Amino acid sequence: MKPPAASDGMVVYDGVSKFFPVRARPGREDSAELMVALDRINASVRKGELITLLGPSGCGKTTLLRLTAGLIVADEGRITIAGTPVTGPRKDACMVFQNFGLLPWRTVMGNVEFPLEIDGMGAAERRDRARDFIELVGLGAFAEHFPHELSGGMQQRVGIARALMRKPILIFMDEPFGALDAQTREQLQEDFLAIWSRTGATVVFVTHSIDEALILSDRIFVFETAPGRIRTVVESQVAAERLGGDVRAHPDFGKCRAELREMLRSEP
Amino acid sequence: MTSSLEMPPRRSVPAPQLTWAQRLREVLLSPNAIRTASVAVFFVIWEYYGRRMDPIFMAPPSAIFQAALELIRNGALEKALIQTLWPFAVGMALTVVIGVGLGIVMAQWRTLEYVLDPFVNALYAIPRIALIPLIILWAGLEFAGKVTILVSVAVFPITVNTYSGIRDVRGGMLEIGRAYGATEWQIFWKIILPAAIPFIMAGIRLAVGLAIIGIIVAEFFTAISGLGGMIVEYANVFATAKLFVPIIVIALVGVVLTELVMWLERRMSRWRQLERERF
Repeated sequence: MKPPAASDGMVVYDGVSKFFPVRARPGREDSAELMVALDRINASVRKGELITLLGPSGCGKTTLLRLTAGLIVADEGRITIAGTPVTGPRKDACMVFQNFGLLPWRTVMGNVEFPLEIDGMGAAERRDRARDFIELVGLGAFAEHFPHELSGGMQQRVGIARALMRKPILIFMDEPFGALDAQTREQLQEDFLAIWSRTGATVVFVTHSIDEALILSDRIFVFETAPGRIRTVVESQVAAERLGGDVRAHPDFGKCRAELREMLRSEP
Repeated sequence: MTSSLEMPPRRSVPAPQLTWAQRLREVLLSPNAIRTASVAVFFVIWEYYGRRMDPIFMAPPSAIFQAALELIRNGALEKALIQTLWPFAVGMALTVVIGVGLGIVMAQWRTLEYVLDPFVNALYAIPRIALIPLIILWAGLEFAGKVTILVSVAVFPITVNTYSGIRDVRGGMLEIGRAYGATEWQIFWKIILPAAIPFIMAGIRLAVGLAIIGIIVAEFFTAISGLGGMIVEYANVFATAKLFVPIIVIALVGVVLTELVMWLERRMSRWRQLERERF
């Protein structure tokens, strides 16, 4: 089979596998064993879409995200971003972390300007841009606050502002709203969608929440566990409505959610 | 559209109105008032009994004050102070540079850690006072000797704390740098070192205390200069009132330096303190 052409997508997975060493079984210490975390993933993410990797913990969805971000290396297969193979972290693909990943000794401003500081941009210029993005995520009044002075939801807004600073073509999000309470999570989902719709960036979003997947995605990559595989890719029926308002009120929302739950529950 | 977050509203609370009796009571029973009273009573008792004792063994505060005035007037105190503080400053600067440097090197390069840690552990285990005669033999009685003794006594807490501080930096924090494409050099300067600062500052605070002990002990052995030399000199001739003067000056210098370092430490580690209070 011919590998998918680079033009097919922003992110293309071509037979990607990842193994992790596990402790040998008692009595067989001489032979190391490998656990198959991801088994020959083939998929493609289109430019400008928001996809979620949905599955229970341990299914390899976060591993796939980390592979895509270049933080770990695939054992088999190949990942390309915008036609170039992934060999390490790229500066035009930015990450939003599960536990916010802020530097506690830096203010909101200091955290948001971090990526451009790494790039060696002048202080005045990067501060101007940081101020715009801090404003965009609604934290204009908190630029000089430290992370520990902010609520979890506000800290993740900082994480989002930081990820936007380089105007990335691709944003990785690793269960970014998982640590937040229900109300804050809904607010951030809504705000993030509004921001994303203006950036045109492609988003790969990891979640274990069916609702979150439906609220946010164009398409949902449904995972199965042991070994980690993509069982099926679902085109969201409610994606067209999500920017206008609450898709939870959409007449098909309940049906879509029931279908996804069935897919995650049943063995193939 | 994105919701914009605002500061929570604040409200000023009027100060409670106290009667003059309540206010007086608050002043008289405040911690600082009690401390001052305690010290004053101590000095009164000291003065009373000090006058009744043989001046070879004890001197009352008034005699010490007289002696201090004399030593200030004839310039002996100033000379001794400079003879102590100058090597102290140089020694402390060297201690910080060597201590932090060793800690970084050992934490960042496994091989160098294995090369160095037998020596660090051995030196740490030997009471450094045991090495003083040897150091004097090598470095002499004056400036270089004092500095070497001070560094040998004070350097270890900084090395150990720097090492633990760097090793304590969590992988998640390094990943922030990696994910954003920082170089190893940038990760060190922008993530590892700032994260280790609270540890390093705590090490420096401990080192200042040890350094004061170190320099005075060094001067005891050399006995020819500085505040430590002054103590030995006056003790040998039973000039007890004068003997107390350098002791008090050392105490004052110690308090001022420790407060200064603690203030610096609080400033530089504030984020960590606040983070702890929160979680």
